[in-house]
Amino acid sequence: MPQPGTEAQPLRVAIIGAGPSGFYAAEQLLSSPKLVATVDLFDRLPTPYGLVRYGVAPDHQKIKAVTAAYDKTAAHPRFRFFGNVEFGKHVSRRDLAAYYHQILFTTGAQTDRRMGIPGEDLGGSYPATDFVAWYNGHPDYVRHTFDLQQESAAVVGVGNVAVDVARILLRSPDELATTDIADYALDALRESRVRDVHLLGRRGPAQAAFTNPEIRELGDLSSSDVVVRPEEVALDDLSRAALDRTQDRTTMRKVEILQGFVTRPPAGRPRRLHIRFLVSPVEVRGADGRMTGLRLVHNVLQATPAGTLVARATDRFEDLAAGLVFRSVGYRGVPLPDVPFHQDWGVILNEKGRVLDPDSRQPVVGLYAAGWIKRGPTGVIGTNKPDAAETVDAMIEDAAQGSILDPTEPSAAAAEAFVRGRQPQVISYPDWLRLNQLEVEKGRALGRPRVKFTRVEEMLAALGR
Amino acid sequence: MNIAHVLARKGGHVHTIRPEQTVREALAALARHNIGALVVVEQTDRPVGIISERDIVRALVEDEAMFARAVRDLMTRDVIVATPEDDLMSVAHTMTERRIRHLPVVVGGRLVGIVSIGDVVKAQRDQYEGEIATLQMQITDMPS
Repeated sequence: MPQPGTEAQPLRVAIIGAGPSGFYAAEQLLSSPKLVATVDLFDRLPTPYGLVRYGVAPDHQKIKAVTAAYDKTAAHPRFRFFGNVEFGKHVSRRDLAAYYHQILFTTGAQTDRRMGIPGEDLGGSYPATDFVAWYNGHPDYVRHTFDLQQESAAVVGVGNVAVDVARILLRSPDELATTDIADYALDALRESRVRDVHLLGRRGPAQAAFTNPEIRELGDLSSSDVVVRPEEVALDDLSRAALDRTQDRTTMRKVEILQGFVTRPPAGRPRRLHIRFLVSPVEVRGADGRMTGLRLVHNVLQATPAGTLVARATDRFEDLAAGLVFRSVGYRGVPLPDVPFHQDWGVILNEKGRVLDPDSRQPVVGLYAAGWIKRGPTGVIGTNKPDAAETVDAMIEDAAQGSILDPTEPSAAAAEAFVRGRQPQVISYPDWLRLNQLEVEKGRALGRPRVKFTRVEEMLAALGR
Repeated sequence: MNIAHVLARKGGHVHTIRPEQTVREALAALARHNIGALVVVEQTDRPVGIISERDIVRALVEDEAMFARAVRDLMTRDVIVATPEDDLMSVAHTMTERRIRHLPVVVGGRLVGIVSIGDVVKAQRDQYEGEIATLQMQITDMPS
C-alpha cells in the first residue's frame, strides 16, 4: 500500500480543540511541502478560536483580531470544522482511529488550580476563569452568577488572567458597553457595587507576571485610582542584585511604573485598585457559608539553588475584608478519555508532542499533543506557533516513516457521515461564518464589535435548525 | 515560564546511573542515548552527583585506565539542582554564570527530570518567537 501523504491519498489528521494551537497546527500541516494532508478540526463548542473568543478580555479586541489568520487557514480546501462535537462524548479515540491516520490533541488547560486553603469553597470564592468565561459569553457559564453586591473584592495572582478580572471589575460599564462582553454580564456589572479590588501577588514587583502595557492600562482606567504600598513596591536586596546582574530593562521599567503609583495623587475616582505584593492568602474567612475576608501572610523572598526568587512566609499576618475572591494561581489540563496523562504536570504525557505510553515511555502511534495540553499554560498566543511546529515536525517525520494509524475507512466522506451520525447538530465552518456575520451585524447597530450568541440553542436557531 | 513547562514536553524520562557502576558503563550509556550527562542516583532516586562527557574526557587524559573505576570516583558531587517552580530566566542565568550544562530537577529530594542548556536555549527561543509572532499578528492582523 502506498504511503498516505499524496494528492490521491492524503494524510488524514483529526485535531481536537479549535483554539490557537489547533489552528496553528492545521496551518502548518496544510502548508507543508513534504506531504499532502487533510485536517478535520473538532471542537466541543459550536464556535472556533477557543480562548481567543472565551478567554481574551472583551476590551482587548486588538488581540482578538488574530482570528483573521485562523479564518485564512479555515479557507483551505482540505480543512473542515466539526463544531459542537465533543471528544469522549460524541467521538472516542477508537472511533477516530477508524477514519484518521493521526490524532492531535490541542485541548488547552481547562481547569484552574486550587489555593488549597481553608474556606476556599465559601460563597463568594470563585475560580477567576469562571468569571472570565462568564463575561465572555461561554455557553457553559451563562447560568453562573457572581455576587457583585459586595464592595470589596480580592483577586489572587498577578498574571494576565488576574489583571483582566481586576480590570473588568474596575472599568466603567459605559466603556464595557462598547465591547463584545456578554449582555448579561454587562447588566450585572452595571449593578456592581464593587469599589475596592485587591490584586494579591505572593512575590515582589520584580517577579510579577503581568506585562508593562497591562500595568499601564490599569493605571489609566478612567474609573479607578491605583493604590500601592511604598514598602511593597520597594526592591529588596535579592531582587536588586538579580536585576543588576541581568540588566533586564523590561522588569526595571515595570518596577518604576509600580513605584510611580506611590507618589501619584489619587484623582478621586469612584473605584480603587490596590496592587499588593509579598502576601499570600492562608484562609478564606466567613460566616454562614459566605466569605467575609481573607487572612493573609506576609512573605519575604529567598533564592533557590538554581537562582529563582521564591516567596517564604513570615509570621506576620493581616486580615483583609472582602466579600469576593477570584483565584488565579495556575491552570492545568483535563485528562481526556483513553489518552495518557501526566497528573503531576497536568499535561498529556509527551515528548516533543508525541504522546507517550505511561508504562513503556515509548510513543503511542498516531497520537500527538500541542499547546497548553502539551507544555502547560505558559506564553502568549503566538508561543503556540513554534510549539505546534515542533509537534507537526514529529507528525510529518512519523508519517514519512509509516508510523501512523491504520484506519479502516480513510475517507473524508466516511468520516463526515460518521460524525453526523453521532452528532446531527455539527457546525461547519460556513455555519460559523454565518453566525459570525449575524453577531457582527447585531453589534454594528449598537457600535459594538459584535453581540455574541451565548447559548448553543440560540446558535442552532439562528442557523434555522 | 518555569522549568515545569520545559520538562512537560520531554517525557519525564531521565537517564541515570548508580555510583557503583563503572565509568565504562557511563560512557556506553552516554553514547547509546546520545546525551551529555547522566545523573548519579541512589536506590531511592535521590541524586548524589552528575557525570558528564567532559568529566570523563578530563579524567582520561590523566589516567588511561579509568574506564574500570566507579562512577562515584569521577562524578561531581556538589550538584546544583532545580525545582519545577524555578523560572526559566533565573535558571538560564545560573547555568550561564556557573558554566553548568545540565541541571537535575528534584521534588522532595527525588529526581523528576533534567534540563540541559540546550533545552533552556530552545525554550527561550520559542518564547521570543512566540512574542514576535503575536506582535506581528497584532500589527498586520494577518499571519507572518
